Amino acid sequence: MSPAITHFQLAAGEASEHRPLIISLFAVFVVATLIITVWAGRQTKDAADFYAGGRQFSAFQNGLAVSGDYMSAASFLGIAGAIALFGYDGFLYSIGFLVAWLVALLLVAEPLRNSGRYTMGDVLAYRMRQRPVRTAAGTSTIVVSIFYLLAQMAGAGVLVSLLLGITSDAGKIAIVALVGILMIVYVTIGGMKGTTWVQMVKAVLLIGGTLLITFLVLLKFNFNVSDLLGEAAKNSGGGSAFLEPGLKYGLTTTSKVDFISLGIALVLGTAGLPHILIRFYTVPNAKAARKSVNWAIGIIGGFYLMTIALGFGAAALISKEEIVESNPAGNTAAPLLALHLGGVDSAWGAILLATISAVAFATILAVVAGLTLASSSSFAHDIYANVIRKGKATEKEEVNAARYATVAIGIVSIALGAMARDLNVAGLVALAFAVAASANLPTILYSLFWKRFTTQGALWSIYGGLVTAVGLVLFSPVVSGKATSMFPDVDFHWFPLENPGIISIPVGFLLGWIGTLVSKEEPDTGKYAELEVRSLTGTGAH
Amino acid sequence: MATDAPPPSKSQPQLPTTEEFVEVQESAEFGELRRAHRSFAFPLTIGFIAWYLLYVLLSNYAGDFMGTKVAGNFNVAFILGLAQFLTTFLIAWWYERHSSAKLDPKAEAIKSRMEGGA
Repeated sequence: MSPAITHFQLAAGEASEHRPLIISLFAVFVVATLIITVWAGRQTKDAADFYAGGRQFSAFQNGLAVSGDYMSAASFLGIAGAIALFGYDGFLYSIGFLVAWLVALLLVAEPLRNSGRYTMGDVLAYRMRQRPVRTAAGTSTIVVSIFYLLAQMAGAGVLVSLLLGITSDAGKIAIVALVGILMIVYVTIGGMKGTTWVQMVKAVLLIGGTLLITFLVLLKFNFNVSDLLGEAAKNSGGGSAFLEPGLKYGLTTTSKVDFISLGIALVLGTAGLPHILIRFYTVPNAKAARKSVNWAIGIIGGFYLMTIALGFGAAALISKEEIVESNPAGNTAAPLLALHLGGVDSAWGAILLATISAVAFATILAVVAGLTLASSSSFAHDIYANVIRKGKATEKEEVNAARYATVAIGIVSIALGAMARDLNVAGLVALAFAVAASANLPTILYSLFWKRFTTQGALWSIYGGLVTAVGLVLFSPVVSGKATSMFPDVDFHWFPLENPGIISIPVGFLLGWIGTLVSKEEPDTGKYAELEVRSLTGTGAH
Repeated sequence: MATDAPPPSKSQPQLPTTEEFVEVQESAEFGELRRAHRSFAFPLTIGFIAWYLLYVLLSNYAGDFMGTKVAGNFNVAFILGLAQFLTTFLIAWWYERHSSAKLDPKAEAIKSRMEGGA
């Protein structure tokens, strides 16, 4: 038995000795959020409450909630792991995830708040034939959210094996089921109001936990970041290459292209993520939506700066073997770092591990609730109310449909949770970003800014981008053909890249353009006048 | 939204007609608002995406340059990465300043006139 394995088992053993502590910390979070949920549920009376939290959150509150929704297990566990294993190349995630907010800020947040009501589909379908475009928008919302859910569930599974020392499928499924059930409760009872408060609590916890770890890491290096980087380079075995680009993506031409693909997907994905977009409806007006993005940029930016300490700290203080042994994709680097900072054999180490793991659980739970709300809203508002019932459903029927959809999506995500384990969570989320950037972003931008855009253009772009992105992922090494694939035992991959963005995003934009040029119908100029004036001035926004 | 058939809610202002929207859309005042937004947001979007892609491409194809040590263990790659953070914060701040000075008052004037006149 190698020393690394012993060490890891020690870690797990130490953790399980303090299992009551871990469970009570987590229970405190769950009970507190459930109380908030019930309280919010009592105030949820109409559809605007359920979908948009009554539109009365302040810019700061929503900025915090946006940050909570955005800083998922991918950001916390995934980026820390990617940096711990690949050094500088992992840091690209942090940069891309942050810069991406500018697209949302400059082009999307305010117009969306001004011209939509509850969903992304409201804006996409505004000037178009309602039924086909809403069906498309609902479909892509659900697909993007499920990709994202998959990543969160993978993170949940990973945590369980670390914390409770169980690798048995039954134990994992039990936890994933617990996450699923809690999320169903949050969303069906609390709606957007409850979910927003849960996001805020979680954002504060995550920032607090990350600050603590960052402080402890920096303390070890006398607040000399350069020394931290040096030690990380040395301990990782990579030397100065660890601090330079190329460790993960620089080996072959293919992996270099993959790096560009990832970079494009990250920067263009955010403004197409439905669970982020619907957050802009929770504030009173576009100005507040803009200010909440500014808050979010500040909070998220600060958080991503701290991922340097998390990732390089893990690389500096833990051996690479131990990180990989615990989880091949590095997803447990952050909790392991907490354990090491406190001391592997000490109670203090176990307490830190328990705290950070509880924070990670809270993170997963909150993000999963946000994703579920986005997809069930879109199902109820876009597909059920406007397509199936052709706009004749009552508000009550619509909200009930959203609640049923929540239960259905909860069950689907529990089922998916068992599947993805050894994939880096940040990599999985990057796929959701690629799908969002391919299927949603082109239509959002064309709808808002291009007068000639037509229904056919919208449909080609959404479905074309969606099918291309998902199709390429299906035949990529993420799904099959490699030891780290979702199905490692079979090989049907022919697309070499892990991230499809570099192909599927241009395809989405191009198809929207071509679909419009070849369409026979005239664009509805009156409707465009409405959309354009409303999106820039807020006339008629409620 | 006409096709949405929303139930009338308490605070919902009456929406102007499509003709009124077209009229406003073609007005010089709205044209100015649109220009003030687009001439700021579009070039800036292209600019920061280009700067970000440049950074990604440098990471890929200019390894030696990016690996150059600047101070201590900080190399060019790291400094440029931190510069991405800095420019993001600056652009957000700059847009906020532009919007509150140039966009909000124009938008508010048009909105209150349209809703008041409806």
